[in-house]
Amino acid sequence: MYPASFEYFAPTSLDEALETLERFGDEAKVLAGGQSLIPLLKLRVTAPRALVDINRVEGLDGLAEKGGRLRIGALVRHKTCERSDLLKQRYGVLGSTAPQVSDPIVRNLGTVCGSVAHADPQGDWGSALLAIGADVVVRGPSGERTIPIDELFQGPFMTALEPGEIVTRIDVADPGARAGGQYLKLERKVGDFATAAVAVHVSLSNGTIGRAGIALTGVGPTNLKAREAEEALAGAEPTDEAITTAARLAAEGVEPLDDNRGSAEYKRNVVRVFTERALRASVAAAREA
Amino acid sequence: MAIQEQEAVAITRPLAVSVNGVERSAEVETRLLLVHFLRQTLGLTGTHIGCDTTSCGACTVLLDGTPVKSCTVLAVQAEGREITTVEGLTPAGGLHPIQEAFSAEHGLQCGFCTPGMMLTSVALLAENPDPTDEDIRWAISGNICRCTGYQNIVKAVHHAAGKLKEAS
Repeated sequence: MYPASFEYFAPTSLDEALETLERFGDEAKVLAGGQSLIPLLKLRVTAPRALVDINRVEGLDGLAEKGGRLRIGALVRHKTCERSDLLKQRYGVLGSTAPQVSDPIVRNLGTVCGSVAHADPQGDWGSALLAIGADVVVRGPSGERTIPIDELFQGPFMTALEPGEIVTRIDVADPGARAGGQYLKLERKVGDFATAAVAVHVSLSNGTIGRAGIALTGVGPTNLKAREAEEALAGAEPTDEAITTAARLAAEGVEPLDDNRGSAEYKRNVVRVFTERALRASVAAAREA
Repeated sequence: MAIQEQEAVAITRPLAVSVNGVERSAEVETRLLLVHFLRQTLGLTGTHIGCDTTSCGACTVLLDGTPVKSCTVLAVQAEGREITTVEGLTPAGGLHPIQEAFSAEHGLQCGFCTPGMMLTSVALLAENPDPTDEDIRWAISGNICRCTGYQNIVKAVHHAAGKLKEAS
């Protein structure tokens, strides 16, 4: 399979990348890891006139805390996250997601920011970031702006990004000392998309749940927040009853589709069971933190 | 319609890349995939095309030492970088330890996945000279053996680990 022809640019600065993007408008695409974009080019699902390869732009590959927030640069690969002790120790749901994205070879190139910008409803990072809470930092012709992750996903493969804009990094708020999280994903085989998956982040405050973030993969047109379940847990004691109620609310709130990965009923049940398990594990991790 | 107009004109770009330690350069179409550059432009057909959909890992090569699926990388992205294919593993005389190990342990049946399996294994052993079964299975989980010969592939990687340790 061959992509359609395109002009290729490999800028070495963000300004240069932005100039090229502005010139081509919605006929340009940003190439980072390429592990979603290149398959789409080959299938001719998309045929942009220009590709702007940002891999030679300096300063986009940082994964570190700054000013109390985690910054994930545009060129941070899944593999870097998989190997990050910082994510394992402080951002449990992100550390747990990284090794479950696609397969080890794809993880060597694919990026977190690219995955989020691609907005595949089956994507893993969207749910993890919705659960923990994040801001998507974007540069465009009129400067920098920040899109809360809750407002990014607008439909399958559709985001609030405008033509000419690049995601430069994703910022994650400090989860605090008493926090834990987990991503549970059911997949038929390594490299497959999720049949269904659940991302959970819990922050404890004096033994009660300060904030619970729950987001779901593969059961809707985008990665989805389970808002009713989150609201039921906020301020609650993390009892068995509270957890099973939240899991039930999460499952009742989704409308998955029957497909070759499973029936709607099956997927809804996976959401319930995984939400319950991930909440228990996250609360336990938060207590030990 | 737009696609046909674009295809009427080939958009090319000069490419210079190190392949198996040899500097190679060519004028290539921007849309040329790395795997086609290796196989068709350079004639290095040891890199196989399996699924062509980023699933099977038959086209795995090392890009600056890191395994990548060359059906999902543009040739132009490799500008100025180093590529190792299975041809580059083989020393002037004899075989690389991973090649000897796959032979000794019968780590291949039809052989189609073998170049990718060996390159992924070489990268694993460079980072982790003494892997467990689980480390090996995890590392090769992006490479599919359609013959399902995984038991002997895992044995072969252990065998190669032993040989590389003796040699060092």
